[in-house]
Amino acid sequence: MRVALPYHLRNLARIEGDVLLVVTAPVTLRAVLDALETHYPMLRGTIRDYGTGQRRAFLRFFACAEDWSLASPDAELPEAIAAGKEPLLILGAIAGG
Amino acid sequence: MSSVRVLVGTRKGAFVLTSDGKRKDWQVSGPFFAGWEIYHMKGSEADSNRIYASQTSGWFGQLIQRSDDGGKTWHQPGLPNEAIPPPGPPAALPNRFAYDTAAKPLTTHQWYDGTQHPWEFKRVWHLEPSLTDPDTVYGGVEDAALFRSTDGGENWQELPGLRGHGTGPQWQPGAGGMGLHTIILDATNPKRMYIAISAAGAFRTDDGGATWKPINKGLRSQYIPDPNAEIGHCVHHVAIHRARPDVLFMQKHWDVMRSDDAGEHWREVSGNLPTDFGFAIDVHAHEPETLYVVPIKSDSEHFPIEGKLRVYRSRTGGNEWEPLAKGLPEKDCYVNVLRDAMAVDTLDQCGVYFGTTGGQVYASADAGDNWMPIVRDLPAVLSVEVQTMN
Repeated sequence: MRVALPYHLRNLARIEGDVLLVVTAPVTLRAVLDALETHYPMLRGTIRDYGTGQRRAFLRFFACAEDWSLASPDAELPEAIAAGKEPLLILGAIAGG
Repeated sequence: MSSVRVLVGTRKGAFVLTSDGKRKDWQVSGPFFAGWEIYHMKGSEADSNRIYASQTSGWFGQLIQRSDDGGKTWHQPGLPNEAIPPPGPPAALPNRFAYDTAAKPLTTHQWYDGTQHPWEFKRVWHLEPSLTDPDTVYGGVEDAALFRSTDGGENWQELPGLRGHGTGPQWQPGAGGMGLHTIILDATNPKRMYIAISAAGAFRTDDGGATWKPINKGLRSQYIPDPNAEIGHCVHHVAIHRARPDVLFMQKHWDVMRSDDAGEHWREVSGNLPTDFGFAIDVHAHEPETLYVVPIKSDSEHFPIEGKLRVYRSRTGGNEWEPLAKGLPEKDCYVNVLRDAMAVDTLDQCGVYFGTTGGQVYASADAGDNWMPIVRDLPAVLSVEVQTMN
Protein backbone atom coordinates (compact mmCIF):
# COMPACT_ATOMS: atom_id res chain seq x y z
CA MET A 1 0.00 0.00 0.00
CA ARG A 2 0.99 3.66 -0.31
CA VAL A 3 1.07 6.52 2.19
CA ALA A 4 1.46 10.16 1.18
CA LEU A 5 3.13 12.22 3.89
CA PRO A 6 3.28 15.99 4.31
CA TYR A 7 6.43 17.77 3.18
CA HIS A 8 8.08 18.10 6.58
CA LEU A 9 7.59 14.46 7.45
CA ARG A 10 8.99 13.31 4.10
CA ASN A 11 12.06 15.40 4.86
CA LEU A 12 12.30 14.02 8.36
CA ALA A 13 12.11 10.45 7.04
CA ARG A 14 14.46 11.35 4.17
CA ILE A 15 12.17 10.01 1.49
CA GLU A 16 10.74 11.28 -1.76
CA GLY A 17 7.30 10.47 -3.03
CA ASP A 18 4.87 8.07 -1.42
CA VAL A 19 5.92 5.58 1.21
CA LEU A 20 5.44 1.98 0.10
CA LEU A 21 4.47 -0.41 2.88
CA VAL A 22 3.44 -4.01 3.17
CA VAL A 23 0.60 -4.27 5.66
CA THR A 24 -1.10 -7.55 6.32
CA ALA A 25 -4.88 -7.64 6.52
CA PRO A 26 -6.88 -6.21 8.09
CA VAL A 27 -5.48 -2.91 6.80
CA THR A 28 -6.51 -0.35 9.37
CA LEU A 29 -5.18 3.10 10.27
CA ARG A 30 -3.52 1.60 13.31
CA ALA A 31 -1.85 -1.14 11.28
CA VAL A 32 -0.65 1.34 8.68
CA LEU A 33 0.79 3.72 11.26
CA ASP A 34 2.40 0.84 13.15
CA ALA A 35 4.10 -0.28 9.95
CA LEU A 36 5.07 3.25 9.02
CA GLU A 37 6.66 3.92 12.41
CA THR A 38 8.43 0.58 12.37
CA HIS A 39 10.17 1.37 9.11
CA TYR A 40 10.61 5.06 9.82
CA PRO A 41 11.05 5.37 13.59
CA MET A 42 11.92 9.04 13.30
CA LEU A 43 8.24 9.59 12.61
CA ARG A 44 7.17 8.25 15.99
CA GLY A 45 5.34 10.93 17.86
CA THR A 46 4.93 13.18 14.83
CA ILE A 47 1.63 11.74 13.54
CA ARG A 48 0.12 10.36 16.73
CA ASP A 49 0.94 11.07 20.33
CA TYR A 50 3.54 8.81 21.96
CA GLY A 51 1.52 8.11 25.03
CA THR A 52 -2.10 8.08 23.93
CA GLY A 53 -1.74 7.04 20.31
CA GLN A 54 -4.19 9.80 19.39
CA ARG A 55 -3.86 11.59 16.06
CA ARG A 56 -2.06 14.90 16.53
CA ALA A 57 -4.54 17.73 16.49
CA PHE A 58 -3.31 19.47 13.34
CA LEU A 59 -3.09 16.38 11.14
CA ARG A 60 -5.84 14.84 9.01
CA PHE A 61 -6.25 11.45 7.34
CA PHE A 62 -7.96 11.04 3.96
CA ALA A 63 -8.71 7.81 2.08
CA CYS A 64 -10.39 7.69 -1.33
CA ALA A 65 -11.51 11.32 -1.01
CA GLU A 66 -13.13 10.66 2.37
CA ASP A 67 -12.07 12.17 5.68
CA TRP A 68 -10.92 9.41 8.02
CA SER A 69 -9.52 11.74 10.67
CA LEU A 70 -12.18 10.87 13.20
CA ALA A 71 -12.60 7.25 12.20
CA SER A 72 -11.77 4.42 14.54
CA PRO A 73 -8.12 3.42 14.20
CA ASP A 74 -9.30 -0.16 13.93
CA ALA A 75 -11.74 0.35 11.06
CA GLU A 76 -10.66 -1.30 7.83
CA LEU A 77 -9.54 1.14 5.17
CA PRO A 78 -11.10 0.96 1.67
CA GLU A 79 -9.95 -1.83 -0.62
CA ALA A 80 -8.35 0.67 -3.00
CA ILE A 81 -6.09 1.82 -0.15
CA ALA A 82 -5.26 -1.71 0.98
CA ALA A 83 -4.42 -2.70 -2.58
CA GLY A 84 -2.21 0.31 -3.15
CA LYS A 85 -4.36 1.75 -5.92
CA GLU A 86 -4.90 4.92 -3.91
CA PRO A 87 -2.58 6.39 -1.27
CA LEU A 88 -3.60 7.07 2.30
CA LEU A 89 -3.18 10.82 2.60
CA ILE A 90 -1.77 12.32 5.79
CA LEU A 91 -2.10 16.08 5.62
CA GLY A 92 -1.26 19.01 7.81
CA ALA A 93 -4.36 20.99 8.65
CA ILE A 94 -4.31 24.53 7.29
CA ALA A 95 -3.89 26.46 10.49
CA GLY A 96 -1.20 29.01 9.77
CA GLY A 97 2.42 28.49 8.91
CA MET B 1 43.97 29.44 16.01
CA SER B 2 40.81 30.37 17.84
CA SER B 3 37.39 30.43 16.26
CA VAL B 4 33.77 30.92 17.19
CA ARG B 5 30.60 29.15 16.19
CA VAL B 6 27.30 30.96 16.60
CA LEU B 7 24.27 28.68 16.84
CA VAL B 8 21.07 30.38 15.72
CA GLY B 9 17.60 28.95 16.22
CA THR B 10 14.83 30.56 14.19
CA ARG B 11 11.13 30.20 13.47
CA LYS B 12 11.96 28.33 10.28
CA GLY B 13 15.14 26.40 10.86
CA ALA B 14 18.62 26.45 12.34
CA PHE B 15 21.76 28.18 11.16
CA VAL B 16 25.40 27.85 12.14
CA LEU B 17 27.62 30.91 11.71
CA THR B 18 31.38 30.45 11.95
CA SER B 19 34.37 32.75 11.97
CA ASP B 20 37.95 32.86 13.11
CA GLY B 21 38.91 34.76 16.22
CA LYS B 22 38.86 38.08 14.40
CA ARG B 23 35.11 37.71 13.97
CA LYS B 24 34.95 39.81 10.82
CA ASP B 25 34.41 37.27 8.07
CA TRP B 26 31.62 34.79 8.60
CA GLN B 27 30.45 31.62 6.94
CA VAL B 28 26.76 30.79 7.15
CA SER B 29 25.50 27.23 6.96
CA GLY B 30 21.88 26.13 7.01
CA PRO B 31 19.01 26.13 7.14
CA PHE B 32 18.99 22.89 9.04
CA PHE B 33 15.53 21.43 9.74
CA ALA B 34 14.06 23.96 7.30
CA GLY B 35 10.54 25.01 8.12
CA TRP B 36 10.63 23.82 11.73
CA GLU B 37 10.83 26.03 14.78
CA ILE B 38 14.19 25.70 16.48
CA TYR B 39 13.62 27.04 19.94
CA HIS B 40 17.17 26.49 21.10
CA MET B 41 20.54 25.01 20.17
CA LYS B 42 23.48 24.70 22.48
CA GLY B 43 26.87 23.05 22.36
CA SER B 44 28.56 20.99 25.02
CA GLU B 45 31.48 22.56 26.83
CA ALA B 46 32.88 19.08 27.39
CA ASP B 47 32.93 18.35 23.65
CA SER B 48 32.55 21.25 21.25
CA ASN B 49 31.48 18.91 18.45
CA ARG B 50 28.40 17.90 20.41
CA ILE B 51 25.44 20.20 19.83
CA TYR B 52 21.82 19.70 20.83
CA ALA B 53 18.84 21.31 19.10
CA SER B 54 15.17 21.52 20.00
CA GLN B 55 13.13 21.03 16.83
CA THR B 56 9.44 21.64 17.31
CA SER B 57 6.22 22.08 15.39
CA GLY B 58 2.62 22.73 16.24
CA TRP B 59 1.73 20.09 13.67
CA PHE B 60 4.27 17.36 14.29
CA GLY B 61 5.35 17.79 17.89
CA GLN B 62 8.75 17.77 19.56
CA LEU B 63 12.00 16.29 18.29
CA ILE B 64 15.52 16.50 19.61
CA GLN B 65 18.38 16.66 17.15
CA ARG B 66 22.03 16.10 17.89
CA SER B 67 25.22 16.81 16.03
CA ASP B 68 28.49 15.07 16.84
CA ASP B 69 30.55 16.98 14.30
CA GLY B 70 30.07 20.61 15.19
CA GLY B 71 26.81 21.11 13.33
CA LYS B 72 27.71 19.64 9.95
CA THR B 73 25.38 16.64 10.25
CA TRP B 74 22.49 15.90 12.58
CA HIS B 75 20.44 12.96 13.74
CA GLN B 76 17.75 12.14 16.25
CA PRO B 77 19.44 10.49 19.23
CA GLY B 78 18.58 6.84 19.45
CA LEU B 79 17.81 6.43 15.79
CA PRO B 80 20.11 5.10 13.10
CA ASN B 81 21.80 7.79 11.12
CA GLU B 82 21.37 6.23 7.72
CA ALA B 83 18.88 7.18 5.04
CA ILE B 84 16.44 4.36 5.69
CA PRO B 85 16.55 2.45 8.97
CA PRO B 86 16.55 -1.32 8.79
CA PRO B 87 13.18 -3.03 9.12
CA GLY B 88 12.08 -4.24 12.49
CA PRO B 89 10.83 -2.66 15.66
CA PRO B 90 12.47 0.62 16.63
CA ALA B 91 15.08 0.28 19.30
CA ALA B 92 13.60 2.97 21.45
CA LEU B 93 10.97 5.62 21.75
CA PRO B 94 13.22 8.58 21.08
CA ASN B 95 12.71 12.13 22.15
CA ARG B 96 9.78 11.44 24.38
CA PHE B 97 9.11 13.88 27.17
CA ALA B 98 6.68 12.29 29.59
CA TYR B 99 5.96 13.88 32.95
CA ASP B 100 6.84 11.57 35.82
CA THR B 101 3.36 11.22 37.17
CA ALA B 102 4.32 8.25 39.31
CA ALA B 103 6.63 10.40 41.38
CA LYS B 104 4.55 13.56 41.28
CA PRO B 105 0.95 13.43 40.03
CA LEU B 106 0.07 16.01 37.44
CA THR B 107 -1.64 18.96 39.01
CA THR B 108 -3.20 21.92 37.30
CA HIS B 109 -1.76 25.38 36.83
CA GLN B 110 -3.37 28.77 36.60
CA TRP B 111 -4.73 29.70 33.20
CA TYR B 112 -4.82 33.22 31.77
CA ASP B 113 -8.27 33.85 33.20
CA GLY B 114 -7.37 32.61 36.66
CA THR B 115 -9.03 29.23 36.31
CA GLN B 116 -7.09 26.00 36.70
CA HIS B 117 -5.83 24.25 33.58
CA PRO B 118 -4.35 20.78 33.00
CA TRP B 119 -0.58 20.41 32.65
CA GLU B 120 0.24 19.53 29.01
CA PHE B 121 3.58 19.03 27.32
CA LYS B 122 4.03 21.32 24.32
CA ARG B 123 7.70 21.82 23.47
CA VAL B 124 11.28 22.12 24.67
CA TRP B 125 12.29 25.72 25.17
CA HIS B 126 15.86 25.36 26.34
CA LEU B 127 18.61 22.74 26.27
CA GLU B 128 21.49 23.03 28.72
CA PRO B 129 24.33 20.56 28.26
CA SER B 130 26.28 19.41 31.29
CA LEU B 131 29.52 21.26 31.86
CA THR B 132 31.46 18.00 32.16
CA ASP B 133 29.63 15.19 30.35
CA PRO B 134 28.63 15.56 26.69
CA ASP B 135 25.94 12.90 27.06
CA THR B 136 24.15 14.68 29.87
CA VAL B 137 21.80 17.50 28.94
CA TYR B 138 18.92 19.24 30.68
CA GLY B 139 15.72 20.28 28.94
CA GLY B 140 13.36 23.02 30.06
CA VAL B 141 9.90 22.47 28.66
CA GLU B 142 6.43 23.97 28.28
CA ASP B 143 4.25 23.33 30.31
CA ALA B 144 6.98 24.02 32.78
CA ALA B 145 9.11 21.13 33.94
CA LEU B 146 12.75 20.11 33.93
CA PHE B 147 13.98 16.97 32.18
CA ARG B 148 17.40 15.35 31.98
CA SER B 149 19.00 12.95 29.54
CA THR B 150 22.15 11.06 30.42
CA ASP B 151 22.44 9.18 27.12
CA GLY B 152 22.99 11.94 24.63
CA GLY B 153 19.38 12.99 24.28
CA GLU B 154 17.86 9.60 23.52
CA ASN B 155 15.86 9.14 26.70
CA TRP B 156 14.57 11.87 28.96
CA GLN B 157 13.52 11.67 32.59
CA GLU B 158 11.72 14.41 34.41
CA LEU B 159 13.17 15.81 37.63
CA PRO B 160 9.72 15.87 39.16
CA GLY B 161 10.60 17.72 42.33
CA LEU B 162 10.29 21.02 40.52
CA ARG B 163 6.88 20.55 38.95
CA GLY B 164 5.78 18.83 42.13
CA HIS B 165 7.03 21.64 44.31
CA GLY B 166 3.51 22.30 45.49
CA THR B 167 3.14 25.81 44.13
CA GLY B 168 2.20 24.53 40.66
CA PRO B 169 -1.43 25.65 40.87
CA GLN B 170 -0.12 29.23 41.20
CA TRP B 171 2.09 29.07 38.12
CA GLN B 172 0.65 30.67 35.03
CA PRO B 173 1.68 31.07 31.40
CA GLY B 174 3.25 34.23 30.10
CA ALA B 175 2.23 35.47 26.69
CA GLY B 176 4.46 32.89 25.04
CA GLY B 177 3.32 29.99 27.17
CA MET B 178 4.33 28.51 30.51
CA GLY B 179 7.87 27.68 29.60
CA LEU B 180 10.90 26.76 31.64
CA HIS B 181 13.33 28.88 29.68
CA THR B 182 16.43 29.35 31.82
CA ILE B 183 18.72 26.64 33.18
CA ILE B 184 21.96 27.66 34.85
CA LEU B 185 24.48 25.09 36.07
CA ASP B 186 26.88 26.08 38.83
CA ALA B 187 30.41 25.16 37.72
CA THR B 188 31.63 25.18 41.30
CA ASN B 189 28.84 23.07 42.76
CA PRO B 190 27.34 20.24 40.69
CA LYS B 191 24.42 19.96 43.10
CA ARG B 192 23.29 23.52 42.48
CA MET B 193 21.15 24.71 39.59
CA TYR B 194 18.98 27.70 38.90
CA ILE B 195 15.95 27.68 36.64
CA ALA B 196 13.33 30.24 35.70
CA ILE B 197 9.77 29.93 34.46
CA SER B 198 7.37 32.39 32.89
CA ALA B 199 5.37 33.12 34.89
CA ALA B 200 6.22 31.34 38.08
CA GLY B 201 9.60 32.83 38.91
CA ALA B 202 13.10 31.60 39.66
CA PHE B 203 13.93 28.44 41.60
CA ARG B 204 17.14 26.94 42.97
CA THR B 205 18.12 23.40 43.83
CA ASP B 206 21.03 22.54 46.11
CA ASP B 207 20.61 18.78 45.89
CA GLY B 208 20.94 18.06 42.21
CA GLY B 209 17.32 18.70 41.34
CA ALA B 210 15.54 16.61 43.96
CA THR B 211 14.06 19.60 45.76
CA TRP B 212 13.63 23.21 44.75
CA LYS B 213 13.25 26.53 46.49
CA PRO B 214 11.54 29.58 45.01
CA ILE B 215 14.00 32.47 45.00
CA ASN B 216 11.89 35.51 44.28
CA LYS B 217 12.13 37.74 47.36
CA GLY B 218 12.38 41.33 46.30
CA LEU B 219 10.68 40.91 42.95
CA ARG B 220 7.70 43.18 42.38
CA SER B 221 5.18 42.57 39.62
CA GLN B 222 2.40 45.02 38.98
CA TYR B 223 -0.07 42.31 38.01
CA ILE B 224 0.36 40.48 41.33
CA PRO B 225 -1.59 42.20 44.11
CA ASP B 226 0.54 40.69 46.90
CA PRO B 227 3.80 42.69 47.09
CA ASN B 228 5.50 39.76 48.81
CA ALA B 229 4.29 37.08 46.43
CA GLU B 230 6.69 34.18 46.31
CA ILE B 231 5.30 32.79 43.05
CA GLY B 232 3.89 34.19 39.81
CA HIS B 233 6.62 36.54 38.65
CA CYS B 234 7.30 36.74 34.94
CA VAL B 235 11.05 36.25 34.92
CA HIS B 236 12.31 36.68 31.37
CA HIS B 237 15.89 35.55 31.77
CA VAL B 238 18.68 35.11 34.31
CA ALA B 239 22.45 35.21 33.75
CA ILE B 240 25.55 34.67 35.85
CA HIS B 241 29.29 34.96 35.52
CA ARG B 242 30.83 31.51 35.72
CA ALA B 243 33.40 32.52 38.34
CA ARG B 244 30.84 34.09 40.64
CA PRO B 245 27.83 31.80 40.67
CA ASP B 246 26.15 33.38 43.68
CA VAL B 247 25.62 36.66 41.82
CA LEU B 248 22.58 36.55 39.57
CA PHE B 249 21.30 39.12 37.11
CA MET B 250 17.70 39.00 35.96
CA GLN B 251 15.71 40.66 33.23
CA LYS B 252 12.20 40.48 34.55
CA HIS B 253 9.08 41.41 32.59
CA TRP B 254 9.71 44.88 33.91
CA ASP B 255 12.83 45.59 36.01
CA VAL B 256 16.44 44.50 35.81
CA MET B 257 17.32 42.80 39.08
CA ARG B 258 20.40 41.58 40.93
CA SER B 259 20.99 39.08 43.69
CA ASP B 260 24.26 38.68 45.57
CA ASP B 261 23.20 35.68 47.62
CA ALA B 262 22.22 32.98 45.14
CA GLY B 263 18.75 34.39 44.69
CA GLU B 264 17.77 34.69 48.35
CA HIS B 265 17.16 38.41 47.91
CA TRP B 266 16.85 40.62 44.85
CA ARG B 267 17.27 44.34 44.35
CA GLU B 268 16.49 46.44 41.35
CA VAL B 269 19.43 47.72 39.26
CA SER B 270 17.50 49.25 36.36
CA GLY B 271 19.06 52.63 37.19
CA ASN B 272 19.16 54.97 34.22
CA LEU B 273 17.86 52.55 31.60
CA PRO B 274 15.38 54.27 29.28
CA THR B 275 12.99 51.38 29.87
CA ASP B 276 13.55 48.36 32.04
CA PHE B 277 11.32 46.07 30.05
CA GLY B 278 13.15 43.50 27.95
CA PHE B 279 13.95 39.87 27.49
CA ALA B 280 17.68 39.23 27.03
CA ILE B 281 20.44 39.69 29.56
CA ASP B 282 24.01 38.42 29.68
CA VAL B 283 27.31 38.92 31.47
CA HIS B 284 30.75 39.68 30.02
CA ALA B 285 32.93 36.59 29.88
CA HIS B 286 35.81 38.13 31.84
CA GLU B 287 34.27 41.03 33.78
CA PRO B 288 31.69 39.80 36.30
CA GLU B 289 30.31 43.30 36.84
CA THR B 290 29.77 44.03 33.15
CA LEU B 291 26.36 43.10 31.85
CA TYR B 292 24.23 43.66 28.80
CA VAL B 293 20.52 44.13 28.18
CA VAL B 294 18.44 45.21 25.20
CA PRO B 295 15.74 47.59 26.46
CA ILE B 296 12.37 47.09 24.80
CA LYS B 297 9.76 49.82 24.95
CA SER B 298 7.04 48.01 26.88
CA ASP B 299 5.02 44.86 27.28
CA SER B 300 2.53 46.33 24.84
CA GLU B 301 5.08 47.46 22.26
CA HIS B 302 7.78 44.86 21.79
CA PHE B 303 10.33 46.97 19.96
CA PRO B 304 13.10 49.45 20.79
CA ILE B 305 12.29 52.98 21.86
CA GLU B 306 12.03 55.45 18.97
CA GLY B 307 13.00 52.78 16.48
CA LYS B 308 16.64 52.88 17.63
CA LEU B 309 18.15 49.49 18.39
CA ARG B 310 20.44 49.82 21.41
CA VAL B 311 22.29 47.42 23.64
CA TYR B 312 22.87 48.85 27.09
CA ARG B 313 25.98 47.95 29.04
CA SER B 314 26.67 48.38 32.71
CA ARG B 315 30.24 48.10 33.95
CA THR B 316 29.14 48.49 37.55
CA GLY B 317 26.90 45.50 38.00
CA GLY B 318 23.81 47.51 37.18
CA ASN B 319 22.29 50.93 37.94
CA GLU B 320 24.69 52.84 35.68
CA TRP B 321 24.08 52.01 32.03
CA GLU B 322 25.51 53.27 28.75
CA PRO B 323 23.90 52.88 25.34
CA LEU B 324 25.85 50.98 22.69
CA ALA B 325 24.79 51.99 19.21
CA LYS B 326 27.74 51.93 16.83
CA GLY B 327 26.73 49.73 13.92
CA LEU B 328 23.15 49.21 15.10
CA PRO B 329 20.09 50.69 13.35
CA GLU B 330 19.60 54.36 14.15
CA LYS B 331 16.01 54.59 12.97
CA ASP B 332 12.95 52.66 11.81
CA CYS B 333 13.91 49.53 13.71
CA TYR B 334 10.96 47.72 15.26
CA VAL B 335 12.28 44.28 16.07
CA ASN B 336 12.42 42.41 19.34
CA VAL B 337 15.28 40.48 20.95
CA LEU B 338 14.01 37.37 22.68
CA ARG B 339 15.20 35.95 25.98
CA ASP B 340 17.57 33.30 24.67
CA ALA B 341 18.83 35.38 21.76
CA MET B 342 21.93 36.92 23.35
CA ALA B 343 25.25 35.27 24.13
CA VAL B 344 28.93 36.03 24.69
CA ASP B 345 32.08 34.27 23.58
CA THR B 346 35.12 33.73 25.79
CA LEU B 347 37.89 35.10 23.59
CA ASP B 348 40.26 37.56 25.25
CA GLN B 349 38.35 40.44 23.73
CA CYS B 350 34.88 39.30 24.69
CA GLY B 351 32.44 39.02 21.81
CA VAL B 352 28.75 39.76 22.27
CA TYR B 353 26.02 38.48 19.96
CA PHE B 354 22.29 38.85 19.65
CA GLY B 355 19.55 38.00 17.17
CA THR B 356 16.32 39.79 16.39
CA THR B 357 12.82 38.88 15.39
CA GLY B 358 13.63 40.64 12.12
CA GLY B 359 16.20 37.97 11.30
CA GLN B 360 19.38 39.92 11.96
CA VAL B 361 22.23 38.51 13.99
CA TYR B 362 24.59 41.19 15.26
CA ALA B 363 28.08 40.66 16.62
CA SER B 364 30.48 42.83 18.53
CA ALA B 365 34.09 41.69 18.73
CA ASP B 366 34.97 44.38 21.27
CA ALA B 367 32.60 43.86 24.16
CA GLY B 368 29.85 45.95 22.65
CA ASP B 369 31.68 49.08 21.51
CA ASN B 370 31.11 48.32 17.82
CA TRP B 371 28.55 46.10 16.13
CA MET B 372 28.14 44.53 12.72
CA PRO B 373 25.46 42.27 11.30
CA ILE B 374 26.63 38.75 10.56
CA VAL B 375 23.40 38.10 8.66
CA ARG B 376 20.43 40.36 8.01
CA ASP B 377 17.66 38.27 6.58
CA LEU B 378 17.14 35.06 8.51
CA PRO B 379 13.71 34.04 9.78
CA ALA B 380 12.79 35.47 13.18
CA VAL B 381 15.57 34.55 15.61
CA LEU B 382 14.50 32.61 18.70
CA SER B 383 17.89 31.82 20.20
CA VAL B 384 21.59 32.57 19.89
CA GLU B 385 24.37 30.62 21.56
CA VAL B 386 28.11 30.82 21.02
CA GLN B 387 30.86 28.23 21.15
CA THR B 388 34.45 29.40 21.50
CA MET B 389 37.15 27.10 20.18
CA ASN B 390 40.71 27.86 21.18
